[in-house]
Amino acid sequence: MTALEVVFASAVPRYSAAVKTSLGFVAVAAVCLLFSDIAITTLDPWTELRRMAWGVLTPDFTAVAGLGMVIVQTIAFALTGVALGAIAGFMLANVFHVGPVRWACAAARAVHELFWALIFLQMLGLSPLTGVLAIAIPYAGICAKVYAEILEEAEPPAVRVLPNGAGMVSAFFFARLPDVWVHIKSYTSYRFECGLRSSAVLGFVGLPTVGFYLETAFSEGNYSEAAALMIIFYVLIATLRFWMRPKLIGIYMLAAPFLLGGGAAIEMTNIVRFLSQDIVPAPLRAGGLADAGTWAALGDWVSMMLTDQALPGIVATFLLTQVALVATGVLALALFPLISRKFFGRAGRTVGHVFLVVVRSTPEFILAYIFLQLWGPSMLPAIVALSLHNGAIIAHLLGRYSDEVHLRPDSPGGLTLYGFEIVPRIYGQFLAFLFYRWEVIMRETAILGILGIATLGFFVDSALADIRLDRAIFLIIVTAFLNMGIDALSRHIRRRLRLGAEAGSVQ
Amino acid sequence: MLFRLANEDLGYDGDAVLHGISVSVSRGERVALVGKSGAGKSTLLSVLRERAGGDIALIPQDPGLVRSLSVFHNVYMGGLHRHSTAYNLLNLVWPQAKAQAEVRPIVKRLGLADKLFERTGELSGGQQQRTAVCRALMQGGDAVLADEPVSAADSHQSRVILSAINEVFDTVIIAMHDVDLALEFSTRIIGIKDAGIALDAPAEQVSRADLDFLYGGET
Repeated sequence: MTALEVVFASAVPRYSAAVKTSLGFVAVAAVCLLFSDIAITTLDPWTELRRMAWGVLTPDFTAVAGLGMVIVQTIAFALTGVALGAIAGFMLANVFHVGPVRWACAAARAVHELFWALIFLQMLGLSPLTGVLAIAIPYAGICAKVYAEILEEAEPPAVRVLPNGAGMVSAFFFARLPDVWVHIKSYTSYRFECGLRSSAVLGFVGLPTVGFYLETAFSEGNYSEAAALMIIFYVLIATLRFWMRPKLIGIYMLAAPFLLGGGAAIEMTNIVRFLSQDIVPAPLRAGGLADAGTWAALGDWVSMMLTDQALPGIVATFLLTQVALVATGVLALALFPLISRKFFGRAGRTVGHVFLVVVRSTPEFILAYIFLQLWGPSMLPAIVALSLHNGAIIAHLLGRYSDEVHLRPDSPGGLTLYGFEIVPRIYGQFLAFLFYRWEVIMRETAILGILGIATLGFFVDSALADIRLDRAIFLIIVTAFLNMGIDALSRHIRRRLRLGAEAGSVQ
Repeated sequence: MLFRLANEDLGYDGDAVLHGISVSVSRGERVALVGKSGAGKSTLLSVLRERAGGDIALIPQDPGLVRSLSVFHNVYMGGLHRHSTAYNLLNLVWPQAKAQAEVRPIVKRLGLADKLFERTGELSGGQQQRTAVCRALMQGGDAVLADEPVSAADSHQSRVILSAINEVFDTVIIAMHDVDLALEFSTRIIGIKDAGIALDAPAEQVSRADLDFLYGGET
């Protein structure tokens, strides 16, 4: 050992792998922040903020009364989409061990529901089916994965004692399903809550849900109406367990398809043209397939797409994701005490709960949209929106988790309690939650491009505006691969750090 | 011959619990496996189950119930192989009168009639054990392999359970530690001690005192 090494060995404390990983992520985020554009470009954000705050204080429910149908349709899209997704996911879960099924599900959930909506808008027009499929397809992918995990974890002893020849279907429904049914039910109801948010956001691409009217209200500066709409949305989510009763689901399900509203008729020719021409890369459409020149042109096209659009999009998406991930973590650690019995009394926790419910019930997309109105287009609105929403979700889970920590009777209080007793105990769980959220954050980051931030979604949206569908599909596929890559990386890190968490609670 | 082992070492993952075991059981035999707990009775039973052909019902020590389903459903499960999938699923969501009529007498005999539609997860240990016995009775078949099926029952209930098992099954192999019950309900006693079969004799030739050595210290 050299003298220098001795000095370092004594001066530098030995950090655990979890802490080293965290510091690594913070360092990466710091570098990313240097290259990120976080300027406030609006001339007078404060006036606008004041007007918005005034809108929140004076919600105009009369305007919304006429929009009662908006709420009904938001629920109807969520119900129909999630139900289809859950049923398909349940069937796929039983064949999830088959490679191609697993890959198809990974691809389905790697594409954001708004991208799915944009794809189906091209094929089906503004028909209800567009909204339903946009929710059902990615949800089938995620449900298949989580249901398969739930079914896999339980190896019920009852299976061993079944008589020979009981039949696969009977054995499944009698011996396997009943004991895990409660987990499947609770995950599906969580998915429904996500479905309500997805449904609301689909309004931003023209479907008749909350997002559509929210965008209208915002663009007209009608903040009282927007506030009323959001308040109703929060109440809807907060009271979910009161109106989403098992006995009523059947009635809801029967009614929902009829409440989706009408829309443009679906033209078969559109679907055929979309699949056979629109999405085929332009050089292939222009030249003969036997012509070598066509393939050279395709090569140029691909390299142009990669260098001019995909690469800058990927870089921006990555920068934003890493900054937002770390900001999410910091916020989650700062916010969880708000609802923890270890830190606050009943009154304090109630305030904490209301704050967290509001923030996590607002889709990232809507939060980003609001901040964008305030601060103008840069990465700042996206970072704040992503970290607030995801931070609130993780804080909620951590708060509940911290309540289960047993403390010795003479444990300290306040910041000492936080730093020495609670955080060290929940840190592994915190990292597990955060890494599960990583892929979600990246998927959202890409989609926020639609709002004008230069992530992959921005290039997709521009390609669609130019009616270059081949480019849009190419970029969506690139986005999907990026998401799957982050998912794999996150899985690798979780495994290396031996982090476990109930996957279903955060995905 | 229903079961046969010839000079085998039995155990989990190559870690032998029993050495040089030779045993065969013919149709119509009622065998009691006796010995201290941990002697290897369960190991022998599970190997017999793996090797057995034909319809063998099983009453494992962990009762193997679906805790969120009722006693009716758990017992009905023993008869899944006799009905079509559609009929099975119908009974899962809506127990049919005919299926209930099939299950009820079995459940009644073991004193669970008033629990027919209670979730098994909410029953006591003894009631769960009897539900598992009912399931095996419902299943029927060539033989039953039972691991301590009366460990949580009093002596009266134990006799009800064992006579029901003997009535339904022609061939019975039961692991138990109660020597008196073993002598009363079996035709053959197999004693296990020190990783091997220490005694294998017809029940009428064995007295209670003959079995005491099985429960003593190392010999």
